[in-house]
Amino acid sequence: MQKSIPLTWRRIPERYRLLGTKCTNCNTNYFPTRIVCPKCRRRGKIEKVQFRGLGRIYSFTEISAPPAGFEDQVPYVLAIVELEEGPRLTTQIVDVVGKGVKIGDGVAIVFRVIQRDDPEGLIHYGFKFRLV
Amino acid sequence: MRRVAIIGTGMTTFGEHWDRGFRDLVIEAGAKAIQDANLQGNEIEAGYVGTMASGRLVGQEHIGALIADYMGLNPIPITRVEGACASGGLALRQGFMAVASGMHDIVVVGGIEKMTDLGVEEVSDILGGAGDQEWELFLGATFPGLYAFMARRHMFEYKTTEEMMASVAVKNHKNGAKNKFAQFQKEISIETVLKSKVIADPLKVFDCSPITDGAAAVVLAPVELAKKYCENPIEIIASGQASDAIALHSRESLSKLRATEVAAKKAFEMAKLSPKNVDFAEVHDCFTIAEIMAVEDLGFFKKGEGGRATLDGKTALDGEIPINTSGGLKACGHPVGATGVKQVVEVTWQLQGRAEGRQVKDAEIGLTHNVGGSGATAVVHIMKRV
Repeated sequence: MQKSIPLTWRRIPERYRLLGTKCTNCNTNYFPTRIVCPKCRRRGKIEKVQFRGLGRIYSFTEISAPPAGFEDQVPYVLAIVELEEGPRLTTQIVDVVGKGVKIGDGVAIVFRVIQRDDPEGLIHYGFKFRLV
Repeated sequence: MRRVAIIGTGMTTFGEHWDRGFRDLVIEAGAKAIQDANLQGNEIEAGYVGTMASGRLVGQEHIGALIADYMGLNPIPITRVEGACASGGLALRQGFMAVASGMHDIVVVGGIEKMTDLGVEEVSDILGGAGDQEWELFLGATFPGLYAFMARRHMFEYKTTEEMMASVAVKNHKNGAKNKFAQFQKEISIETVLKSKVIADPLKVFDCSPITDGAAAVVLAPVELAKKYCENPIEIIASGQASDAIALHSRESLSKLRATEVAAKKAFEMAKLSPKNVDFAEVHDCFTIAEIMAVEDLGFFKKGEGGRATLDGKTALDGEIPINTSGGLKACGHPVGATGVKQVVEVTWQLQGRAEGRQVKDAEIGLTHNVGGSGATAVVHIMKRV
């Protein structure tokens, strides 16, 4: 994990409130943001777009062997969520350990602590999702 | 384009080499390959070496110069190539292109990773760099987690089972038990896999390839010069490479690797062959589900039938198409940068009849398939006897 304050700071609009991009030439939404539309390239026109934070579980796993910084959260359910607006993202699903989730379950965004660097370091916040 | 052949091969044993460092391993493999090619060393014009993360694993960058120095090959150019776990396969492709183009005649290609100088947690964190650091790893993903997403979709779309995935590990351990270079030379049962500790559901410890130290090397030459150095050179008849989205969530499908399909298509076109012409293959089984997807994406089995085919023994040493005769990444071990070159060494040995207890009978055409990260890079090579 890269522990950089500027890195975290410049990702705040995406991580805190799911601000993505849209290509107005082909009408495709992207998350995370893109500078170039991979479908249209030079013909593409990229604009910012605010996603609603609603979607469905496309795939999931329960992580038992965590990466550094997530030791106090295991086990946790990690999923690929497909947003209503089209793009997919990787995220944690909260409050489901022991209850289980299925492909196709509806989810909504919640604001949570993602990880902490160390007792005196940065607290990284961002999106997770819950079942609806 | 000139035709290119392998005239020498060498590798270290794969495993936990506490007594040997980065340069010891890469020099051993390189020296063995050069000796196997009956070269003095003066004939070598250039080198390409694949390593994924020497900078973070052993703190050493600039390994091209280091290797030229310690191999006694100064002042020839040696260049590092990086494509995560596909670094070795990409290094071979660079060497292949250098010889095919006529830029160089004799070229040495190596792959190396020294992984056990750090603890498992640190190594896992470093390997995470093969995925999307900001949008996968930062949010709590691990590599087993990413492959678990693929396994879950494959199970959902094709009814693939945990038992089918376990059968990949069982088969590869059976092959590894016949390979004195393998990290794990011990057979295991389906129950061992199914009862092992869950890492990222549905993947368990025995679905995962290990952390390994090791190096492998080959020497390349134009076909017209090959017989001068080597009795039975092996020709690289095709090379294909492709890229896909770095993050798994940005790919169209999770139950296949598009980069594998494209790299294989390019390689088969170049070789003027089809998947049914391939007698055996070394594929990238970093996780058991990865081998199931690979045998489908390479065209050996229909989509969704790779798991059943493995469980039924079709990819065993005596099956329709033996897969991972070396033991694969699972049993032979996975020193990430070395893996792609080791696959080529194994295929060369099989085609030369040097595969000892695991020799495939009448092997004519062999294929290697090396993947970077969760599938953002794939490289395929096809080989046959000259």
